[in-house]
Amino acid sequence: MNWGVFEGLLSGVNKYSTAFGRIWLSLVFIFRLLVYVVAAERVWSDDHKDFDCNTLQPGCTNVCFDHFFPVSHIRLWALQLILVTCPSLLVIMHVAYREDRERKNREKNGENCPRLYSNTGKKHGGLWWTYLLSLVFKAGVDVVFLYIFYHFYRNYTLPRVVKCELPPCPNVVDCFISRPTEKNVFTLFMVVTACICVVLSLVEAAYLIGKR
Amino acid sequence: MDWGTLQDVLGGVNKHSTSIGKIWLTVLFIFRIMILVVAAERVWGDEQQDFVCNTLQPGCKNVCYDHFFPISHIRLWALQLIFVSTPALLVAMHVAYTRHEKKRRFRNGEKIDIEELKNEKIHIRGSLWWTYTSSIFFRIVFEAVFMYVFYYMYDGFQMPRLVKCNAWPCPNIVDCFVSRPTEKTTFTIFMLAVSGICMMLNLAELCYLVVKICMKESRKTT
Repeated sequence: MNWGVFEGLLSGVNKYSTAFGRIWLSLVFIFRLLVYVVAAERVWSDDHKDFDCNTLQPGCTNVCFDHFFPVSHIRLWALQLILVTCPSLLVIMHVAYREDRERKNREKNGENCPRLYSNTGKKHGGLWWTYLLSLVFKAGVDVVFLYIFYHFYRNYTLPRVVKCELPPCPNVVDCFISRPTEKNVFTLFMVVTACICVVLSLVEAAYLIGKR
Repeated sequence: MDWGTLQDVLGGVNKHSTSIGKIWLTVLFIFRIMILVVAAERVWGDEQQDFVCNTLQPGCKNVCYDHFFPISHIRLWALQLIFVSTPALLVAMHVAYTRHEKKRRFRNGEKIDIEELKNEKIHIRGSLWWTYTSSIFFRIVFEAVFMYVFYYMYDGFQMPRLVKCNAWPCPNIVDCFVSRPTEKTTFTIFMLAVSGICMMLNLAELCYLVVKICMKESRKTT
């Protein structure tokens, strides 16, 4: 189970999405997931190894790293990407449930009985609500993670030097973060794409409500 | 041979599961296996390398690491996921056996509805109900056992920053520092929460199956 399989799972949702939904999915796959896998992961790959503290005191680097990076950007983005794309699975499951009901109805009442749904993929009734809820949830997840990032990493940027005075570090120790500029660029990129995705989800929700 | 193989094997079980079973399978693949592969494995990737002890004594770090991490979280989770997915194979095997029996009877000239044979949906009735219910029961047991093993081995679910080690050959007591303890605690709690959710889903499915069969029996007797 990896990103490729996950992507395969989600491509199916394209059939039941509006135009905004398709744009959103492309944005997530290309500008968030692909950037994450081919670029961002490499930038953070040596984050612990190249976090250097100006001390020979064993353990100081570990403790300072843990204090300044409680949860690494990369892990937060992995969780964010998984959680933001899951609501689309709800839509797929709802359509599959409708198709199952239709099939059971045909089994019970024969081939020529009146159909329960004119089109199982059309966003009417329960499916409309599921789709709307999935949009709200997607926007909510992105907003929550933007807040978490803000809470952990002020202004979404990383400084070059951090001053650490936790035990066992003696007095105050300078610690240097590896590739801070590159990390800031990617963090900013991911924040901007997350904001665009939130806006897209809200616009799509407004469009759905307006259309009804 | 990797997680993909397990996914192929279990994908077939989806057809014969109840709705709750399908949700359980989705949660297992997306929130447990996928998180394990894309995130958790990286967090624990450098655990021995960056386990630092405040001593120059050769061998002390190795011994202390081995003492505090007898089996790494990652390996325990991998084992847990394999054990928890395996009971579903019992159901797959039972279904395959049932189909094989039907085909054999058809070949022996017995009148079998060909449409029913071709139809892939097999209802959870009779002996399959017992197989399915016992598979859910075993899943619950395995989840609970692994949760207990985690709790017992790591004295709770929190990863400390500092551990004090006095195993031989370390001189007296030595401070050893764990790498990324906060991140590890976060993921441990996440995996524990999802494990709890899976257990709840399994219990709900078990109750649903039992209630359904009781209602069927009571309808038969009235």
